[in-house]
Amino acid sequence: MMRLSPAAGQRIAVAAMWALALVTIGVLLFIITFVLVHGLPQITWTFLTESPQSMGRKGGVFPMIVGTIMVAGLAVAIAAPIGVATALYLTEYTRESRLTAVIRFGADCLAGIPSIIFGLFGFVFFTITLGMGLSVLSGALTLALMVLPTIIRTTEEAIRAVPHAYREVSYGLGSTRWQMATKVVLPLALPGICTGVVLSLGRSISETAAVMLTAGSALHMPNSLFDSSRTLALHFYILSREGLSMENAYATASVLIISILALNALAYWLMRQFVRRAGR
Amino acid sequence: MKQDKLIAAALMIVALSAISGLALITVFIFKEGLPIILRSGVREFFLSSDWDPKNGAFGICSMIAGSLAVTAGAMIIGSVFGLGLAIVLTQFCPARLASVLKPVVELLAGIPSVVYGFMGVVTIVPLIRTYLGGPGLSVLAASIVLGIMVLPTVTSISIDALQAVPRSYWEGSIALGATQWQTTRMVMLKAARSGIMAAVILGMGRAVGETMAVIMVAGNALEVPHGLLDPVRTLTSNIALEMGYASGEHREALFATGVTLFAIIMMLNTIALAIARSSAKKGGSR
Repeated sequence: MMRLSPAAGQRIAVAAMWALALVTIGVLLFIITFVLVHGLPQITWTFLTESPQSMGRKGGVFPMIVGTIMVAGLAVAIAAPIGVATALYLTEYTRESRLTAVIRFGADCLAGIPSIIFGLFGFVFFTITLGMGLSVLSGALTLALMVLPTIIRTTEEAIRAVPHAYREVSYGLGSTRWQMATKVVLPLALPGICTGVVLSLGRSISETAAVMLTAGSALHMPNSLFDSSRTLALHFYILSREGLSMENAYATASVLIISILALNALAYWLMRQFVRRAGR
Repeated sequence: MKQDKLIAAALMIVALSAISGLALITVFIFKEGLPIILRSGVREFFLSSDWDPKNGAFGICSMIAGSLAVTAGAMIIGSVFGLGLAIVLTQFCPARLASVLKPVVELLAGIPSVVYGFMGVVTIVPLIRTYLGGPGLSVLAASIVLGIMVLPTVTSISIDALQAVPRSYWEGSIALGATQWQTTRMVMLKAARSGIMAAVILGMGRAVGETMAVIMVAGNALEVPHGLLDPVRTLTSNIALEMGYASGEHREALFATGVTLFAIIMMLNTIALAIARSSAKKGGSR
């Protein structure tokens, strides 16, 4: 085999790396434009505000939008306080010990568990054992458990980025630990925490497998937390898999993609705020 | 001070919710799934490919083979691209390209798995059917889709590993006259080896566990695949496809499929965590 000169190797490597980067950007752009080009023309005001007719072949997706907001919003509303409290405990209230190692192990393992396992668990625990049935609440609780590790990790990172001097000044002024944590550390870490919350919201909206087994797939508008509800992601799956309506499938996918893009942009903006604030 | 202790205790109790959730999941999945594995015999359950719920035959060998095949394919694609991107972002890249690439990778992670599956169905599957033959819905299609899906995981963890390598290593090597690529290959990748391994293993966990995208592109046939163009059913798709109408023993068998998946994932996670932890220790003592 011919040996390449180091200079040639460098040139080939740089070219290959650029190719990889461009292919990745290309794939993302392709997915987004493909979905939007097919879907955006189908999105009308009535599509967003009407109920589906004949299993989703016609009509809109309003109940699914409401269902998605209820399930994902409730999931994050449950997971955020628990996650922030956990991170606060890990960073401000304790030293590294066997207990923190166990807590971290729990969070790390939860982060790796596939959504279908969360779905199975939510199905047998929330819907059957606790008797919540296929409902918004079962779905939200299942998703809350699923996004909890993300919120813990991002909050921990945000809290750790707060300079130590702030804490010392706060103690020096005679504050208690709780005052220091809630009046100094948390406000400074807030944009970082919000980034984690927004990304978790995105993940909850995208989730399908876990929601299918816990929130069900009822087509009607959810009237209460104990009502079954179909989320947008699941609706899209059912429309495209059962070949009910390609037009409505593309339109639903576009609504999903646009929400994800908006949430990611929001998370990105919040992160920049945080970096600016932490850098000061 | 008394108040502080109370708050600390309250926070500790809340902080235990992640590990309690994990414990609950483990207990309930095993409680539902384990009995049927023991009843039908461990060997019968794992080594038979005969899955016929109506007649009480529950063998998941073909699905284990399916999951392995699809995951292996995905990891080849995902690690090459993921590691390549991590190298671009940490070693070669002008700041402006990095500021485009990072959000791109994050967005790729944010796109719903059903959208990936759908894109696979409308683009990759017809291409395979036309140019390579077979039904299109296949190991290959699933591998490509999953490979793109695990890319963000592999990339972001590899980036962490590469950034943890002390800057002086890079500078030392460049000062000795090595090119950037030689430095990357001989110094940086070696020093970050264990972190990169952890990244690939965690990516593998993602690929094994992915459900909706795989259902849409893998074809879901109940046979051990013999080639890249054969349709397969994975452990995850088996659960999601049949859970809707299963009851009794059939449902138990689906939970048993979940037990198998859970065991595989926990094994992969533990290996990855152990590697990451040992490399963190090594880094600390340097």
